[in-house]
Amino acid sequence: MLSRTAENLFWIARYMERAETMSRLLEVGARISLTPSAGHGYRSEWESLLQASGTAEGFAEKYGDPVQRNIESYLFFDRDNPSSVISCIERARENARIVRTAITGQVWDTLNTAFQDIRQLERKPRSEMETSDLCDWVNRQSSLLRGTMDSSMLRNDGFSFMNLGYALERADNTARLIDVKYFVLLPSVSMVGSGFDNYQWQVLLRAMQSHRAFHWAYGGEITAAKIVDFLILNPSSPRSLMSAAQKAMRHIDSLSRFYNQPSGPAQERVRGLVDALKATRVPEIFDEGMHEFLTRFIHDIGDLTALVQRTYLTGEAQ
Amino acid sequence: MILTVDHVTKYAYDVPMGAAVQSLRLFPSRFEGQREIEWLVTIENGIRGGSFRDGAGDKVEGWSVRPPVDEVVVTVRGKIETFDTSGVLRGHRELVHPMAYLRETSATWVDDGLAKLAEEVTQGLSEPLQKAHRLSAAIGEAIAYTPDVTDAHTTAAEALAQGQGVCQDHAHALIAAARSIDLPARYVSGYLLASEDGAPHEAAHAWAEIWVQGIGWIGFDAANSCCPDERYIRLGSGLDAREAAPIRGVAQGGGEERLDVTVALGQVQQ
Amino acid sequence: MTDYFNEMFDGGKVRPPYNGLDGWTREMPAEFRAMKQAEAEALFRRIGITFAVYGEGGDPDRLIPFDMFPRVFTQMEWRKLERGIKQRARALNAFLLDVYGRGEIVRAGRIPARLVYQNDAYERAVSGFVPPRGIYSHIVGIDLVRTGPDQFYVLEDNCRTPSGVSYMLENREIMMRMFPNLFRENRIEPVDGYADALRRTMASVAPAKCDAEPTIAILTPGHFNSAYYEHSFLADLMGVELVEGADLFVEGGFCWMRTTEGPKKLDVIYRRIDDAFLDPLCFRPDSMLGVPGLMDVYRSGGVTICSAPGAGVADDKAIYTYVPEMVRFYLGEEPLLENVPTWQCAKKDDCKYVLEHLPELVIKEVHGSGGYGMLVGPKSTKEQIEAFRHKIIDDPDNYIAQPTLALSTTPTFVEEGVAPRHVDLRPYCLVGDKIELVPGGLTRVALTEGSLVVNSSQGGGVKDTWVLAE
Repeated sequence: MLSRTAENLFWIARYMERAETMSRLLEVGARISLTPSAGHGYRSEWESLLQASGTAEGFAEKYGDPVQRNIESYLFFDRDNPSSVISCIERARENARIVRTAITGQVWDTLNTAFQDIRQLERKPRSEMETSDLCDWVNRQSSLLRGTMDSSMLRNDGFSFMNLGYALERADNTARLIDVKYFVLLPSVSMVGSGFDNYQWQVLLRAMQSHRAFHWAYGGEITAAKIVDFLILNPSSPRSLMSAAQKAMRHIDSLSRFYNQPSGPAQERVRGLVDALKATRVPEIFDEGMHEFLTRFIHDIGDLTALVQRTYLTGEAQ
Repeated sequence: MILTVDHVTKYAYDVPMGAAVQSLRLFPSRFEGQREIEWLVTIENGIRGGSFRDGAGDKVEGWSVRPPVDEVVVTVRGKIETFDTSGVLRGHRELVHPMAYLRETSATWVDDGLAKLAEEVTQGLSEPLQKAHRLSAAIGEAIAYTPDVTDAHTTAAEALAQGQGVCQDHAHALIAAARSIDLPARYVSGYLLASEDGAPHEAAHAWAEIWVQGIGWIGFDAANSCCPDERYIRLGSGLDAREAAPIRGVAQGGGEERLDVTVALGQVQQ
Repeated sequence: MTDYFNEMFDGGKVRPPYNGLDGWTREMPAEFRAMKQAEAEALFRRIGITFAVYGEGGDPDRLIPFDMFPRVFTQMEWRKLERGIKQRARALNAFLLDVYGRGEIVRAGRIPARLVYQNDAYERAVSGFVPPRGIYSHIVGIDLVRTGPDQFYVLEDNCRTPSGVSYMLENREIMMRMFPNLFRENRIEPVDGYADALRRTMASVAPAKCDAEPTIAILTPGHFNSAYYEHSFLADLMGVELVEGADLFVEGGFCWMRTTEGPKKLDVIYRRIDDAFLDPLCFRPDSMLGVPGLMDVYRSGGVTICSAPGAGVADDKAIYTYVPEMVRFYLGEEPLLENVPTWQCAKKDDCKYVLEHLPELVIKEVHGSGGYGMLVGPKSTKEQIEAFRHKIIDDPDNYIAQPTLALSTTPTFVEEGVAPRHVDLRPYCLVGDKIELVPGGLTRVALTEGSLVVNSSQGGGVKDTWVLAE
């Protein structure tokens, strides 16, 4: 397979995952803004959500103060924002158009339809659309794509490159989301009792659409340790760092099987990452410092991505 | 005359670059004025590509250097015997029709100044050979040899207007003027053994060739007011300096390139 | 009022090739037709056959209008055309090989040296090179117009990278899907062997150094190009990779593709980018589309480029006049296809005539294409004609003129039913170890009543082109 084709496939998935992350952030922010804050007015988490999305700077430049309406357009429909939902969907579709013959008709249809639809949505007056409907729509597109991939694509290298895109993007996005809110999970804060802000962790779980799953998995009292375990170490939580790392490992392994190549540096690296997560216990994360731990993880994922890039996407002799 | 050449071209980059690719035209022409004794072109850590002789008779060889590339060092070492053919490129095998050398390029674009000069100095002459000599002399007078006032992108018209330049500018101006009166002309790159009087010319040199019906291609070095003799080594030709460049190359990436060239030409005592 | 040749109706009589279509249209209810038209459009859109129009806003994924009424040739008519087209393709290739070699035709005084060697399309960089099998133009697209039952003219030759073949293939695909009965009732020669024939042609010109099954790829300028769809469509049909310049690099005298399994040697490049962009070391130094060092590899026999760089000198409109001369000179035959009489504004007498007869003539730029920069005298206003007069006076070398031809018409579906519209034809001739021509081509139709401009960029549409089996 051409390296560039693999790269296009990889990015289709990354952009779709990113679109989903953006829409989740938007959904959570909108929800929180409906909750009254202590004293008067409503709570606002827009600042930190912009931080988490990595778009705070671009937004401030364009709009200044975080006003909800502006944020909503910025995260959803603004082409100046390279991470907005519309930017991501357009780029995912463009990447698909380039490798039109390397994906199935169904996968193309899904992406092309999402692209045609969001252009329609864009033309509608904003007042006619509820934010939650928009977010639902994005989540549906994203699920649809994963579904059509699973049901229609050959299990070949192309399939693995797409899934690798999903896994690496998700690992990175999740780690960044946790990092923005890491301080609410510090045990020192929760020990103070009333200091553990009840709604702050909800922000996190909701942002990952995992609050229900969390209760199913753990039940009982909500503690910082449980949340950390759920979001980072639990392999059965679909958005945990562990899940993402394992998925990346599965597909890197498939690639080397597919190409009949011996284990390479990318494989060793991802195996090391998964093994390290397996050996980690929650208290160790607190000991190291949550922020430090996440920074290290984001860095490791970046390294792994670079290794995948070097091994498969440059086409140079190894 | 037996001449030795030791020519090192070094491209250094401030950041490591992607692959570098070079197209070299660094091989002595085959004609009655030159007999190659030994000639070796190499690029450090480079991979030699295909080579061929083009329609103009020049040998071209491709090279590449794998990434990461910090520098590209091109070395030419050779020994060659030269003969004076009074500038005539006798015995040179080539296929390109002389008329293909009437085409203008951006470097040899003819402005009023060049056209006027060409017309005035050749007025009343009917012999192309006379015209060519007259043009070469006129360009030599009109552009004083002055290093560092022009650069690689200076056009023939600009150099003439400025009245100063180096051998590249002389060659460009002569070519442009010749073409303006329908004489096919081309740019030639090569080496020149510095004269004993110590005239301040670089050893890497360039001059022009003009097509004279009935004789063929004849070299004219307007910068030195002469025709190439046994002190000259001819490498390759083209419509202008860019086309005749002994080294064309590119390295992928955004790094700054620093160029360092040393050329030593010697005469073997016999 | 000019009398145009109608390919279907001769007076009130239906000409034989169209016998099978007369009943078909007569009996087709209007609603059924509308339904089928919508179905065709939906199919095109789903497959993704769209084209972008340069310099216009609007929908970047525009559909080229498809007319369901086929254009038909009998086997006899086609055989005659085929012989003429193959003859022309051979002569054009002989010319290219010659002018990049010794230039015998120029030495013999049959073509002025200036026209060849001072031509912008003449690539000095390939002179002296003999490509595999001596072929420069592997796909020759010849644009033909018809003015009578037996009268065809060559409008122009396309020796570089004639486009539009994907429409020929898709138009047929869609017609067969929508009207299978037509194909049951009329025995129509298939065109779907084109992609295989193209691959075979490319493989047959692999470099001598290639000792295994040659690897072939299509080189595209990229996904922003208006013809990207065609590039990816052909790559898919041929089963070869579609590459951009950045996917390739040269090393050790060969050209390599970057793949997920490391470099893979590439033997034949079907390029869909212009000469000027192929190699920044050789041509435009600012080109981001090409592959640095590619020309050195090409010239030293490491890779074959189709069509060969420099092939454009044969399809230049100034050279066009001399193609019949090429046929006589190289093949010793009389040309089977006629040229349209052409006046060269570069010639003084011709220019004078042209300026005196502008309202009757079609004026074209020597290097223009796509129907841009041309004047159709009889269809133009006084102002347009005067504007063109100045252009010609300013730069006569840049223009040629031809009489306004009475282009044939074929029945075409229009708002009110069926009406005659003007058409041309572009068959695609493949030149490799064999010369092949699939029975068919691209028929372009000027959809506006009375219009003679069939280019898709100027509101033209396309039709399926049938050659009836014997």
